[in-house]
Amino acid sequence: MPTDLLGWLTFDDPMSGVRARLIEHLQYTAGGVLLACLVGLPLGLLLGHLGRGGTLAINISNVGRAVPTLGVVVLFAVSPLGTSLFALSLALGLFALPPVLTNAYVGMREVDREAVEAARGMGMTPGQLFRKVEFPLAFPLVAAGVRSAVLQVIATAVLAAAVGGGGLGRFLIEGLGSQDYPQLQAGALLVAGLAFSVELVLGLLQRLLDPGGRAGRTTRRTPPVGQEPVSATA
Amino acid sequence: MAISVTSVGVLAQGVPNPWFSTLYLQQGRSELLIALEQHVVITVIAVAAGVVLALPLALLARRSALAETLVVGAAGVVYTVPSLALFALLVPFTAYTATTAVIALALYTLVILVRNAVTGLRQVPAEVVEAAKGMGLGAGQRLLRVELPLALPSIVAGIRVATVSTISLLTVAAYVGTGGFGQLIDQGFRADYRAKIVTACLACVLLALIADALLVLLQRLLTPWTRAVR
Repeated sequence: MPTDLLGWLTFDDPMSGVRARLIEHLQYTAGGVLLACLVGLPLGLLLGHLGRGGTLAINISNVGRAVPTLGVVVLFAVSPLGTSLFALSLALGLFALPPVLTNAYVGMREVDREAVEAARGMGMTPGQLFRKVEFPLAFPLVAAGVRSAVLQVIATAVLAAAVGGGGLGRFLIEGLGSQDYPQLQAGALLVAGLAFSVELVLGLLQRLLDPGGRAGRTTRRTPPVGQEPVSATA
Repeated sequence: MAISVTSVGVLAQGVPNPWFSTLYLQQGRSELLIALEQHVVITVIAVAAGVVLALPLALLARRSALAETLVVGAAGVVYTVPSLALFALLVPFTAYTATTAVIALALYTLVILVRNAVTGLRQVPAEVVEAAKGMGLGAGQRLLRVELPLALPSIVAGIRVATVSTISLLTVAAYVGTGGFGQLIDQGFRADYRAKIVTACLACVLLALIADALLVLLQRLLTPWTRAVR
């Protein structure tokens, strides 16, 4: 069995097509995250800046948790949208939206009010306030939201295979269907490995990009119970 | 128009395929009830197992920063594994049974349950603990009669999130043969029977919302003092 497993994990094995599936998986992920960020980041940051729509942002994430990911993927598949890359990205983007939106909102609201007042007192325009004070201070939480979204989408993209799409989920769905344990384990290791590697890379990236820098960052406050930034598993 | 639908929901060619139909509600009544029962039973067992595991882990985690990092970190690592992959990793050991789903889902709940339990226990005012000590309560008594009750709102908040997530995630476990609403969704997909998919999805969301409301109610009953304060 170990040799079978190794065979499955060999990237250049033409039979397993791991590389092609990995690329499909990354395409779904990129599509879903991109769509979610295009909608969720501007909306969450704006609402947070204005201090409005908090219940909306929180409720979206609470309701989002209750909606079964499999159901939405299947509903998209049987709708006229089908299982194209765009349709699946849209379905996955729906699940990436709550963490992006909620974290962007909460991140902006958690910015120290005194810092905001001081910036206003210095005569900053709303645009300057956003760019120089609010966004840098909100960055850790905003980035955490995007990270959660990426992980959520990687996990949900596995389900694309359940509706005839591609991605690494194929090995799992096919392995489960035919009780092919080597394929099953290889698929599981690939999916988990992808999630861990991406999480690691994004963690490093966040540190590099953090405009607030690691020194002098405001102490992280624990968000209120029940409203904590959502993490992801689908 | 006559619609021919078999009990598994195979539509004849050329027949309209509505997103919702009362016909399915009638014909699918028994399979919906069976799925509901499977869904509820597995969710309750998984969340209960999660709570039973999370409390000792939380007590361990609050002892030291190192213990907390290790416990919370380990729960986070498990949480990072996508559900279908975790089910797949367990299948060679626990086969296509509900046990597979219960183990995986219970492990997923830990990340939120442990964190909320630690937060809740930490929010217990030091004076209260001191007062309990002064009254001669031992460590076990303090935990059971003072600390856990005061941490309950935070713990229940965690259980709410865990329950709602578990109900949603359990649909994916249909691929390891646990039944539930996920199985109806998958059957509906294979038969291209939209009403079945939509009904199963709605039932799943409804179940999550009802479970959440029941837990809120439970918390109010268990912690009457939180209402008096507000």
